[in-house]
Amino acid sequence: MAAADELAFHEFEEATNLLAQTPDAATTSRSEPLTLQGHVAVAVDSGGSYGAEDEVEESDKTALLQEEKQQPGFWTFSYYQSFFDVDTSQVLDRIRGSLLPRPGHNFVRHHLRNRPDLYGPFWICATLAFVLAISGNLTLVLAQRRDPSIHYSPQFHKVTVAGVTIYCYAWLVPLALWGFLRWRKGVRERVGPYTFLETVCVYGYSLFVFIPTVWLFGALALALSAAGLVFTLWPVVREDTRLAAAVLLSVIVLLHALLALGCKFYFFQPLPPVHAAPPPQATSLPPSVLLPSTAPRSAST
Amino acid sequence: MAEAAESPGDPVTASSRPLFAGLSDISISQDIPVEGEITIPMRSRIREFDSSTLNESVQNTVMRDLKAVGKKFMHVLYPRKSNTLLRDWDLWGPLILCVTLALMLQRGSVDSEKDGGPQFAEVFVIVWFGAVTITLNSKLLGGNISFFQSLCVLGYCILPLTVAMLVCRLVLLAEPGPINFMVRLFVVIVMFAWSIVASTAFLADSQPPNRKALAVYPVFLFYFVISWMILTFTP
Repeated sequence: MAAADELAFHEFEEATNLLAQTPDAATTSRSEPLTLQGHVAVAVDSGGSYGAEDEVEESDKTALLQEEKQQPGFWTFSYYQSFFDVDTSQVLDRIRGSLLPRPGHNFVRHHLRNRPDLYGPFWICATLAFVLAISGNLTLVLAQRRDPSIHYSPQFHKVTVAGVTIYCYAWLVPLALWGFLRWRKGVRERVGPYTFLETVCVYGYSLFVFIPTVWLFGALALALSAAGLVFTLWPVVREDTRLAAAVLLSVIVLLHALLALGCKFYFFQPLPPVHAAPPPQATSLPPSVLLPSTAPRSAST
Repeated sequence: MAEAAESPGDPVTASSRPLFAGLSDISISQDIPVEGEITIPMRSRIREFDSSTLNESVQNTVMRDLKAVGKKFMHVLYPRKSNTLLRDWDLWGPLILCVTLALMLQRGSVDSEKDGGPQFAEVFVIVWFGAVTITLNSKLLGGNISFFQSLCVLGYCILPLTVAMLVCRLVLLAEPGPINFMVRLFVVIVMFAWSIVASTAFLADSQPPNRKALAVYPVFLFYFVISWMILTFTP
């Protein structure tokens, strides 16, 4: 009860502030229609920091809207068109949100506003796959400059490997996560986790940070990306037992780290000329393969 | 008045003159027949036209199609805001360009190691599936261009990159070195920019203004990947 009073007070204050600043704020100030948030309702506690004010002020209107809105069948084109209903500014805003994860700032609430899109995840994965392949190629070129005995080849099959890996990661891991959260929801009778599309969206946008930092592929990019994921999932997972929450979050971070390391080793280690024959697998190359061939060369020079 | 103006070949109006006597001096003059046969002259002309394209020589057909393709090449090389690529779309030009590019890009011999440049099939698949994906993306974002029109534009705008591939192959015949690479890099960059400008001149208008960048970015990525394949080509 105290929590509800707190919320009511906050809502009123913020609503009046908004109205005071922008008199025509009857429509949302971000040129989006009213958010449908009926299916996601994070349980609020005295902290109340995870976008609670958004939910309370929208809940009445959106419940009504949800009943009126007809979802077209999945075999129609307009069903898929609803997932691409974003503007340039919205996509850029979501990307910015994924680059700067903040602990109180839930990506799904503030940026997606329960309207996930598929444009971002799809094209970010495509860009990342090509950027990985291109950077791997560049690494080989630069390595060959330094050491002419390394055999240069365009290594075009790496594009295929990169594409398959990134797309599988960005779609199968959210599927597993969503399934797990729904199972836990059933077990614990907690109010709902994110929908599948929202999970895919979070993962897709979290991969964006790897694109500019692909040379490094280092700890910073991994930390930012994983932080975004963890902060987004924290409110949903918080209700669970501490063990389940800790295990889930650590598994997510681990998978993300595995992706980063695997990509680093597969795309950014030039093959030494002696061991050039077998094509590398998608797992990490042991660095010891590289060392014995370079050591005698440096010893001889 | 009525009987003085009897026209020679008009039995009907002669017989109907007593009935419609007042009518003739109001509007219809006698020498305009008010009856005739119902013929549709268009149909015979169309039938004639069809059989003429069936019966024409193969050379005529091929030359006509080649001229259409050539005209569209000119529109790509000198991009202006015109409708020709959209109105009379065809997929012959993209097919010719894609096959030429894929033939030039594939490795000459099958090497023992798998590492290498793209095979013919890989280039072909990248070009066509890339174009289809971009078209689907554009339609899902709410663009009002048709599927094949978009494929046509994207395929034709590969022409500058095909020219770049030809130039690169010629340049690679000379001695390798940094100057060689710089020349190739310059040519590829210029042709890449040309492709982007040409395709956006045709495609950008089909999207609402708040989504133009979302529709143009995949086109950029597509031509960038093709340019990368051209640049990293080693014979």
